[in-house]
Amino acid sequence: MTMRNDYRSRNHPAWWAFLVHRLSGLALSLFLPFHFWALGQALQGEARLDTLLKWTELPLLKFTETMLVLLLAAHLTGGLRLLALEFLPWRGWQKSLLAWAAGAALAAGLAFALAL
Amino acid sequence: MSSAGQTYAAGSATAPGAKFEAWLWIAQRASAAVLALCVLVHLVTIIYAVRHGLTGAAILGRTQGNGAALAFYTLYVLAIAVHAPIGLRTLCQEWLGWRSASLNWVVAGIALALFAFGLRAGWAVFSA
Amino acid sequence: MNMLQVSVWRGGADGEYRNYEVPRQESQSVLDVVTYIQRSIDPTLSYRFACRVGMCGACAMTVNGVARWTCRTHVAKVVKGNAIQIAPLANLPVVKDLVTDMREFFDKWARARGQFAPQATRKDAFARVASDSPGRVAANAGIECIGCGVCYASCDVVSWNPDYLGPAALNRAWTLVNDVRDGARRERLAAVAGDAGCHACHTHLSCSERCPKNIAPTASIAGLKRAVALAAWKGEL
Repeated sequence: MTMRNDYRSRNHPAWWAFLVHRLSGLALSLFLPFHFWALGQALQGEARLDTLLKWTELPLLKFTETMLVLLLAAHLTGGLRLLALEFLPWRGWQKSLLAWAAGAALAAGLAFALAL
Repeated sequence: MSSAGQTYAAGSATAPGAKFEAWLWIAQRASAAVLALCVLVHLVTIIYAVRHGLTGAAILGRTQGNGAALAFYTLYVLAIAVHAPIGLRTLCQEWLGWRSASLNWVVAGIALALFAFGLRAGWAVFSA
Repeated sequence: MNMLQVSVWRGGADGEYRNYEVPRQESQSVLDVVTYIQRSIDPTLSYRFACRVGMCGACAMTVNGVARWTCRTHVAKVVKGNAIQIAPLANLPVVKDLVTDMREFFDKWARARGQFAPQATRKDAFARVASDSPGRVAANAGIECIGCGVCYASCDVVSWNPDYLGPAALNRAWTLVNDVRDGARRERLAAVAGDAGCHACHTHLSCSERCPKNIAPTASIAGLKRAVALAAWKGEL
């Protein structure tokens, strides 16, 4: 048997970035069927789509939407960060990349929240 | 574990799943690169759409009979159907300990379902 | 006298932490603390060390939850209040107390084809490798590994997939992939592919974060990912 690591060994920025990437990917994957289903309702006409869109006025759904946009943006910028680390020459910029990724994702989430 | 180690240590064996995993990795990165562009367009569209009022008419006004939009969403859905299942597969292996061959079939099923369901959604807003 | 409260893992994997009081001293290393316990409190404490100067890689342990080389880790750097917790490295079978079984760790170096495969004979001239050639530069970045196992113990991919070759073995493979004198590139790329190979790495960067020699195994693994993918693309895998 081996000893297991706990949060103390994982408590550094890149590991948190990994967790955000994995959990956002999972959440987005779970959301996709609902998203596709909702758009598919257009097959039943514009009125049906409007009925669904009415639901998005609920505060809880607005919050959920904002979180989804934030997660999508975070998965995008986090993914670009990973592509940069894997494909570009290594230059000790891991922490700066992470800062940029987090900043850009937050900006996108904020842009959505303010546009609501 | 160590018994498997012995068999490798002796010579230069090809690791199990070498080609399969390499191609999955290539597919994951290639789809990621496509998705990077698609998601960027998607996010800009979302924010634009929300600013200009989210209604059925507004959405369908952009997509109805729009061949370019249909082509974009088809590519988008294809990239998603490649990208998401590969990520879920890794998650199942690492966090659920699900490593049997059945996982690959389930993941392939998820990929097909996402592709079909996504195409249906794209077609719906195009043809409505 | 200022005393350190030291909690040390005793026994095998099903052991427990036991507490010791150790006098605090100036410029004290964590290895000094462990040595004090064994020499002055409990001679049955097992641990491993050799050089005491950061060259041999024998003394790595988990200190306050983080894998470290204990001979060059100052108490002042890691102490919480006046408490320190010392455990054997994670991801490796515990033999007793602070000693882990490193066999699997080193077997994986062999499995990743970490052996140099010479092409030249004694009749050939010396290979001339320019110090600024890309291969030499890439190999240099990873060549100073002392095999302490800190990266391996810190790697969550190892925890989640015990067959994963791990940062040190893959880093070793990458230095050889960049060695122009080596003749086993193709076999090595095949050996580091697969579901326990380089593509399993998630760029957690824990290895690069914790490596006491400041090597970035993540960079080496990224190099392997590209090289293996290219080989697969060309049908050479």
